[in-house]
Amino acid sequence: MHLPPLISLAAWLPDLGHDGNFALLSLIKIVGVVAVLLTMVAYAVLVERKVSAFIQDRVGPNRVALPLIGNIPVLGPFLTRLGIWQPIADGVKSFLKEDFTPNHVRKIYFWLAPAVTMIPAFLTVAVIPFGSNLNGEKMVLADLDVGILYTFGIVSLGVYGIVLAGYAANSKYPFLGGIRSSAQMISYEIAMGLSVIPVFMLVGNLNLSSVISYQADGNWIVFRQPIAFLVFLVAAFAETNRLPFDMPESETELVGGYNTEYSSMKFALFFMGEYANMITSSAMMVTLFWGGWTLPFGGFSEPATTLAGGLAHIGIFLGKVIVFMVFFIWVRWMLPRFRYDQLMDLGWRRFLPLTLANLFVTAVIMWLQAH
Amino acid sequence: MIVKRDKLTFWERLYLPALVGGFQVTWRHFSRTLFRGKAVTMEYPEQKWVVPPGYRGAPYLVKDQEDRTKCVSCQLCEFVCPPKAIRITPPGPTGAPGSGNVEKGPKEFEINMLRCIFCGFCQEVCPEEAIFLMKDYSLTGTNRQEMIYNKEKLLSLGGIHQDKIQKWKHKADEAKAQDVFPVPPAK
Repeated sequence: MHLPPLISLAAWLPDLGHDGNFALLSLIKIVGVVAVLLTMVAYAVLVERKVSAFIQDRVGPNRVALPLIGNIPVLGPFLTRLGIWQPIADGVKSFLKEDFTPNHVRKIYFWLAPAVTMIPAFLTVAVIPFGSNLNGEKMVLADLDVGILYTFGIVSLGVYGIVLAGYAANSKYPFLGGIRSSAQMISYEIAMGLSVIPVFMLVGNLNLSSVISYQADGNWIVFRQPIAFLVFLVAAFAETNRLPFDMPESETELVGGYNTEYSSMKFALFFMGEYANMITSSAMMVTLFWGGWTLPFGGFSEPATTLAGGLAHIGIFLGKVIVFMVFFIWVRWMLPRFRYDQLMDLGWRRFLPLTLANLFVTAVIMWLQAH
Repeated sequence: MIVKRDKLTFWERLYLPALVGGFQVTWRHFSRTLFRGKAVTMEYPEQKWVVPPGYRGAPYLVKDQEDRTKCVSCQLCEFVCPPKAIRITPPGPTGAPGSGNVEKGPKEFEINMLRCIFCGFCQEVCPEEAIFLMKDYSLTGTNRQEMIYNKEKLLSLGGIHQDKIQKWKHKADEAKAQDVFPVPPAK
């Protein structure tokens, strides 16, 4: 099935010209991506709650029922047991709660911090190719030639939200959380940056789409660069503040850490930011190491020419991301928290030399192959 | 105190055994809960906890086997009650007609369940075995007034106490026997 390109479908619109069409299509893509991302965030929270419940011998959220759908026999109660509607209730609750601003906080930063946490998580998605093409349109918001540099630049901003929140709250636990977060960032981010350099040495440029085309036919970089992947994975845990590296948050020590003083929608923004970060990190790992939207069999390694193929590619990409999300969630309920000196030790004294060695060995092998 | 810690072996320092062990434990619990339904959660309104014997739930009044209120308005429970949750209106000098032998049955007996601390002193102090802490632990109401249980409610919730002694029955028999002439010779 080959539908005409979307541009001609919109032929009845006043002629927008090349730039106009580009803007319109980009807008549609952005709306689509943000909608999918937010839905995934909401349901990642549900999966987190369900998986944690099962690991701890509990049943998890199973009470929220919608009036009409809940009355359908068998299906309605089943969906309620699954907790499918819980994210709706959570969302409504966040909006309805009192948005309390304590008297002792630094107001401007206090208001700024949740946004500063949330925005980078969403901006990173822009460069990730989440599918091959649909109707002849490339499924990436911005096909930048400096994709990975952009990503690292934006991702580093994410920590400012937490540090700012810790500073703005003007009380001890958030402050400790903020300090830990900054210490954590400098210790993992260098290792993270160095770990992906070999990937781009193999690919030859920084564009994420070409990283994926390099990995077509099952030539996934994870098999070439397992050490780089491992370091990136651990650093991703540290970056998203997930256990075992959730020092800025550590509920048990810092009563919630940087977000202690937050309530209502501002807290929800931090929460959504954390999950959005997990999704973008998963997407980055899928793109850099696990072949992006390609599969080595079934003819999924070449860009799609049909609508169904394009949708299948998006599905493959989302499937891989979901696998990583479940992994993220599972690890949280599996491992205890590291001390933050242990994380710094890991970052500076183990991973930094390891990634440098990896970089060097890759370079030598490539040089030997070239000669 | 200095705790001696063994040096970790190289294998342990790789962190892999801990990962594998952690996964085994979490997977065991996960699969047991999800696939075999072995969750420990008791889903409250549908499933209710069965209380052990000796549990101190809500205090209710009881009747004896002959459907008489056992309480005789001595007000000991009212005085002993630490939070002053009990209020008894005694029958007054006219007594309570229609209460059989127990002419001192209370006119009104109220327990404020919001005040009650379920200490069981009322049961302990009662000379007539007329009030017992039962197994109800989930008392609900939509307003404060509803949580003040009156005599009828307490009696209907308390039910009949299977009393072995049946003090008032024997009193009645004795009284009847005294009316009989001539007095039967003592055995």
